[in-house]
Amino acid sequence: MIELNTAEAIVVASLREVFAQTDLPPPEAITGDTVLVGKDAVIDSLGVVSLIVEVEQRLETEHAISVVLANDKAMSQRNSPFRTVAVLTEHLLSTAREATAQ
Amino acid sequence: MSEPKKPLPTKIGADAPPMPRVMLITGSRKGIGRFLVEHYLGQGYLVEGCSRGESDLSHPNYHHHSVDVADERGVRTMIADINRRHKRIDIVLNNAAIASMNHVLLTPAASANRMFEVNVTGTMLVCREAAKVMMRKRWGRIVNFTTIVAPIALAGEAIYAASKSAVVTLTRILAFELGQWGITCNSFGATPIMTDMIRGVPADKIDAVVNNLAIKRLGTPTDCSNVCDFFIHEQSDNITGQVIYLGGIT
Repeated sequence: MIELNTAEAIVVASLREVFAQTDLPPPEAITGDTVLVGKDAVIDSLGVVSLIVEVEQRLETEHAISVVLANDKAMSQRNSPFRTVAVLTEHLLSTAREATAQ
Repeated sequence: MSEPKKPLPTKIGADAPPMPRVMLITGSRKGIGRFLVEHYLGQGYLVEGCSRGESDLSHPNYHHHSVDVADERGVRTMIADINRRHKRIDIVLNNAAIASMNHVLLTPAASANRMFEVNVTGTMLVCREAAKVMMRKRWGRIVNFTTIVAPIALAGEAIYAASKSAVVTLTRILAFELGQWGITCNSFGATPIMTDMIRGVPADKIDAVVNNLAIKRLGTPTDCSNVCDFFIHEQSDNITGQVIYLGGIT
């Protein structure tokens, strides 16, 4: 089981890793409102792919919880669960909780 | 004034990881998969294998997973376990497949669906989960197994051949989707090899296939390891999205 602050730390650390691995200019600060998808996004579409994989891998290696964030439920939602740092954090938290409850 | 152009890179991804490299071979319990396990154990690789059943192979550098590659949860658990123990996966040989010889007019939908589940979805799942691990190291080699029965359009193998054609297309597109992380994806199709998969095929049918090859002989497991050796070589970092058919088939 992970808590909200842990989920947020994973997302933020993963986003920093994406910037470290690419030529994308990092924003001055990463907050819950940092946009990840669409207009004003700080990363491109491939950055989103890298970010999601990095988050999954960190959750797996640091907390032994295996999830697929781009699952059927997530991909069928009207609003992307990856659109901001805060929304992705919530999605990570709920997906991780579902995985540990099974 | 225009911006100075950045020089194009001559290398993508990281340097090849040192030996012993970690290799996953699916469908490793018998046949070609088993041969490849022993071939790469002999070269010092740390080999992880999987099949639906248990393996009788005991070797300090071999670890077996009883997993159906079409089972998403099972594949995720297997890849997570490999990553937990080795912290990486360097090479994947997607050999697991099922075949069923049937005239298309006599092929049940369940049989067709199962072939696509194992041969296409199973290959995709293993590629997807392994690539997530490879991405972090900026290096990886994926080889997906296809068959010559697709390009020669062999009657009686419609669904199997169609599923393997899908594997080739999957591989070609994966090459573009994963190339930026230093992961190469290739496929190869062997000529008929005497394994359990084709033991039930009538001899005259196999003879007819072999007689239409440029090199008129049955395939051997060494034919397969030879192509895999080439695709996974550290200098093959610019060989991707390719399919090699043996015996002169294109």
